[in-house]
Amino acid sequence: MLANIFSQDLPRSKVLTVILVVILAGLLATPFIFPGARSLNVGAKIAVFIVLAASYDLMLGYTGIVSFAHTMCFGIGAYGIGIASTQMGPTWTAMAVGVVAALLLSTVLALGISLFSLRVRAIFFAMITLAVAAAFMTMASQLSDWTGGEDGLNFKVPELISPAFSLSDEKFLGASLDGKLIAYYLVVVVSGGLFLLMLRIVNSPFGRVLMAIRDNDFRSEALGYRNVIYRSLSSVLAAVFATLAGILYALWLRYNGPGTTLSFDIMIDVLLIVVIGGMGTLYGAVVGSALFNIAQGYLQDLLKLAHGNIDTIPVIGALFHPDRWLFWLGLLFVLSIYFFPFGIVGKLRAGALARKPTAT
Amino acid sequence: MSAAAAEPLLALEGVHTHIGPYHILHGVDLAVAKGRITMLLGRNGAGKTTTLRTVMGLWQASAGAIHFDGRNIAGLATPDVARLDIAYVPESMGIFSDLTVRENLFLAARKGPLDSARLDWIFGFMPALKTFWLQRAGLLSGGQKQMLSIARAMVEPRRLLLVDEPSKGLAPVIIQNLIVAFKALRAEGVTILLVEQNFNFASMVGDTVAVMDNGRVVHAGVMADLIADEALQARLLGLSLDSHQ
Repeated sequence: MLANIFSQDLPRSKVLTVILVVILAGLLATPFIFPGARSLNVGAKIAVFIVLAASYDLMLGYTGIVSFAHTMCFGIGAYGIGIASTQMGPTWTAMAVGVVAALLLSTVLALGISLFSLRVRAIFFAMITLAVAAAFMTMASQLSDWTGGEDGLNFKVPELISPAFSLSDEKFLGASLDGKLIAYYLVVVVSGGLFLLMLRIVNSPFGRVLMAIRDNDFRSEALGYRNVIYRSLSSVLAAVFATLAGILYALWLRYNGPGTTLSFDIMIDVLLIVVIGGMGTLYGAVVGSALFNIAQGYLQDLLKLAHGNIDTIPVIGALFHPDRWLFWLGLLFVLSIYFFPFGIVGKLRAGALARKPTAT
Repeated sequence: MSAAAAEPLLALEGVHTHIGPYHILHGVDLAVAKGRITMLLGRNGAGKTTTLRTVMGLWQASAGAIHFDGRNIAGLATPDVARLDIAYVPESMGIFSDLTVRENLFLAARKGPLDSARLDWIFGFMPALKTFWLQRAGLLSGGQKQMLSIARAMVEPRRLLLVDEPSKGLAPVIIQNLIVAFKALRAEGVTILLVEQNFNFASMVGDTVAVMDNGRVVHAGVMADLIADEALQARLLGLSLDSHQ
C-alpha cells in the first residue's frame, strides 16, 4: 500500500525516512504547534518549493537538462492567478481561467524552446533558456497594465481561502479556523499530491528512459528512443509542475511581482535546493526545500540569539551579527556541498546501501 | 556453407564517412549474408567501429548506400535504424549505470514486456545477470557489464545484430558461453556482424569474414578458407600489423 503510494520508490534509508516523516508531520502540524503568520509562511513556502525544486530535478537530475527558464514558468503560474483575479474578480471561475491560461502558455513556451533548441549542445540550450527567461522578466515588468510592473499585483482570492473567511469563532488548538488555514492546507495537500505524481512519473517506464538518456544518450538512441521527444516531454512536464507551484504560491501570498517568482535569485535558490538535497532523487527536493527555507527564515533569529551573548567579544561578536546571516547561509551551503557531494539524500542512501549485506 | 550463395541482409556500397575533418571510411563495400555470422577483422584504426556506427546512423555516411533488406537506410536517424530491428552492442558497452540490470533489459525490450522464457535462455549463457538482477548496473564488474550489453541486444528477437569486440576483457569461460550464445542466435535466424580483434574467437564463430584496412574492405570470403590458408592470414592480418608498426 505505502510502496504503491510512493511508486515503489521508498526512501531506502532509516535516517532519511525519519527526516521525511518529521518534515511531513511538521508541515501538517505547523498551524497548531507554531501558530503565527511567519511559521505558516515558511511552511507554505517549503511545500511550494518542494514542487518547484522537484520539477526542476525532473529536468536536471533525471534527464540531464540544464535550464534557466524554470522560474519563468513559476512566474507564469503566479501571474495567471494574479491577472485573472485582477481582471475578472476573485471567483473560482477566474482562478480556473488563470490556471488553464498559465498552463497553456507554459506548455507552449516549454515545447517551443525544447523543440527548437534541445537538438543543440547542452550549454547552448542553457544559454537560450537564460535569454528567454530574461526577455520574459523584462516583458513582465513592462506590461504594467496587466502585471503591475515592478510593483507587482496585490489581488484577492476566493472567499473560502481568504483570511476574512471564518469557519468558527472558536480557536482550535490555538489556531484560528479561517480561510488562511484552509489556504495553508490547500497548498500543503496539493503540493504533496503533485510530489507523489512526480514520483510516479520518474518511476514509470518513461522516467527510466529519461534516466537512460541522461546516462548515455547515444545508447538510448541506438535502442530506438527519440531523445529529442523524450527531452522535450520532460521539459514540458517540468514546466507544468513549476506553473502549478507558481499557482499555489500566488494563492497563498495573494501577491505576485517579478522579484517574487521570476527573479534569478529564485532560480539560484532552486538550484541550491536540488544540489543540497541530492540530484536525481525527488526526496532531495523535500529535504533541500525544508533545510533551505528554514535556514532562510530563521537563521537571522538564531544569530540574534547568539549575538546577544557574545556581542562584547571583538571579531567573533561582529561575525555573529544578525546582518551577517547571508554569510552564514552561504557557508552552510558550501559545507553541505563539500560533505555531501551527491546531496544529503544521496549520502544517506549510499550509507544505507553500504551497511546492507550484498548478494554474491 | 557458401557465403556467396546467401542473400545479403545488409549491403554497404562505396560508403564514405567523415568525422569532422577526418576521412575515415574510403568507400566500404561489404555484404552481410542473411542468417550468417560475418566477422569484420582488421587492425586498430582500420575503420571497423566506424563502419558499425555508420550503419547505425550514429555517424552519417557522406557518400555511398547502405541497403538493409533492399532498402537504403543511409541518412536515417539512429532511432529509426534501431526500429528496423537492428541491435547494436558498442565496444564501450554503453550500459545505463544508474538503472538496475532488470531496467536495462526492460528498456531494450521495446516491443513489449520482458519474456521470461527468453530471459531464462539468456541467463543460461550469462548466469551473473540473474544473480545481480536488481543490482544497479554501474556496480557490475567489467565482464558483467559486457554481458549485460550483449544481453540487451538478445532480449528480443532481432533481424540484425552489430557487435563491437564482444570478447574484449572477458574470461575464457565467458567467451565460450558467448560463442554458444551467438551460434544459438544464428540458429534462431538472426544475422550477425561481429567486429573482432581476437582471430581465435573469430575463427570459432564466423561463417564469413571481411578484413578492413585503411577504411576499405580488402578481403571478403568464407571464414573456413581464411582459417585454412595461413599465407592469406599472414598477408591480410600480418600485412596490416606490419604496416601499423
